[in-house]
Amino acid sequence: MDLHVKLPGLNLKNPIIPASGCFGFGREFAELYDLSLLGGIAIKSATPQKRFGNPTPRVAETPSGMLNAIGLQNPGVDVILEKELPWLAQFDTEIIANVAGASEEEYVEVIEKLNASQVVKAYELNISCPNVKHGGIGLGTTPELAAKVTKMAKAAANKPVYVKLSPNVTNIVEIAKAVEEAGADGLVMINTMMGMRLDLHTGKPILANVTGGLSGPAIKPVAIRMVYQVAQAVNIPIIGVGGITRAEDVLEFLYAGASAVEVGMQNFIDPYCCVKIIEELPKVLETYGVNSLQEAVGRSFK
Amino acid sequence: MQEEKGIIQSNEKIAKDTYRMKIAAGMAKDMKPGQFVNIKIDGYMLRRPISISSIEADGFVIVYKVVGDGTLALAKKHAHHTIDVFGPLGSSYPIHENRNEVLLIGGGVGVPPLYELAKQYRVLRKEVHVVLGFNDKDSIFYEQEFKALGCHVVVATMDGSYGVKGTVMDAIQAHAITCDFTYSCGPRPMLKAIEAAYQKGYMSFESRMACGIGACMACVAKDKKEADLYHRICKEGPVFPIGKVEF
Repeated sequence: MDLHVKLPGLNLKNPIIPASGCFGFGREFAELYDLSLLGGIAIKSATPQKRFGNPTPRVAETPSGMLNAIGLQNPGVDVILEKELPWLAQFDTEIIANVAGASEEEYVEVIEKLNASQVVKAYELNISCPNVKHGGIGLGTTPELAAKVTKMAKAAANKPVYVKLSPNVTNIVEIAKAVEEAGADGLVMINTMMGMRLDLHTGKPILANVTGGLSGPAIKPVAIRMVYQVAQAVNIPIIGVGGITRAEDVLEFLYAGASAVEVGMQNFIDPYCCVKIIEELPKVLETYGVNSLQEAVGRSFK
Repeated sequence: MQEEKGIIQSNEKIAKDTYRMKIAAGMAKDMKPGQFVNIKIDGYMLRRPISISSIEADGFVIVYKVVGDGTLALAKKHAHHTIDVFGPLGSSYPIHENRNEVLLIGGGVGVPPLYELAKQYRVLRKEVHVVLGFNDKDSIFYEQEFKALGCHVVVATMDGSYGVKGTVMDAIQAHAITCDFTYSCGPRPMLKAIEAAYQKGYMSFESRMACGIGACMACVAKDKKEADLYHRICKEGPVFPIGKVEF
């Protein structure tokens, strides 16, 4: 079966993309399999300067998921341009650069630098990372701020811009529409949901950052619901993400209205999961009588 | 590193809250002392990073402490069942063949990785001093196993119920152990005390991890000297030269 998906800037040989922050720059996974098997890779967030991130502990397990508060640790956009992107050029897969910043101007600064890279095929604006006090959370939570950063990013970018939405909002449809109107080429949804865990011995938070982003199967129903709602309200493509562990989950996201998907936490549990999902996907589509990816997209409301 | 379904050969309690599991797995041939495996426990999301205690021809041994629901589930696993193991992971304790004696210092669940190291040094016929620290007599394990290798073993307990009362440092002093090339693993205060007293050797660290392969940046530690440098406990570690990382 043809698994090919064409989206703005992205020519995906299949709809499976490891999610930003769960795959680094691919080096560790390249020791395990050929990254060219992947539809694309959403690389670790880039910020203008290098960031060490939050104090440890940065992760905690939860039922059917995990909390993380890494804090956008990355070597900075210049090092990514010099070292990571040229290394990634050897693979036949579509690179999506995740962009983050502490202000709108920082997003623009990162994009202007990454414009020079032939390896990056599209941008993904991280306006939703709930971990950075002056970064994501503010911009992703109101339609006005989300639209503003999208507009500025679009004006600076020479490649399509996808906006990764935060689920930690009252009305995600409103924000999706504002971002579409501001010129976004696509949406990625959802980022992690803000959560917390307490240590039973001390009574204190397990994460040094106090709160963290919940990911994994625990958030999949929320992601499906949000994709379902937004897909009916916008005319730009959606890349679905949240709790995917197997090919059946991919089909569910397609039904909800996503055109492709990102796989996050499962990479930690089974580092080969993306390849396994790509292998299984045609069989699962066949099992459920789906003849092409295209015909599954949005089936839930069509 | 690889993912493998190992077969549990035995899983037994050896001390208070402490279990030893022998796993038959082909990956044993790639293992080095000080490395760890990441174990999937049915019903729990994240894998559990557990140090390798002994490397054998057909498999390996882990010694682990029950600290929560996940490790409790691990303790209930029976022989002949399979177990999903990913490894071996991380750096290892370098063997210095030119040294005639080494000092191994372990505290609690920091003791297990030192066992394989002791084995390898004893194969080289080196003098191996082993200092083990535990909370109390019921928590002690591997004293006899280290002795059986021909190591000089000293035990300390915090409550004084066995051996020297106090810390591993108290035991080193009480027995006037002068060897200054150390390998250590154990709780943070113990490692702090060792770092203050010794300049030569290696330390291994534990950390909350997610991926175990260096991708997620959950288990990072800063370099002690270079301000902007960080190390991943799972990838550049868990073994570091003494004095290398901030902890």
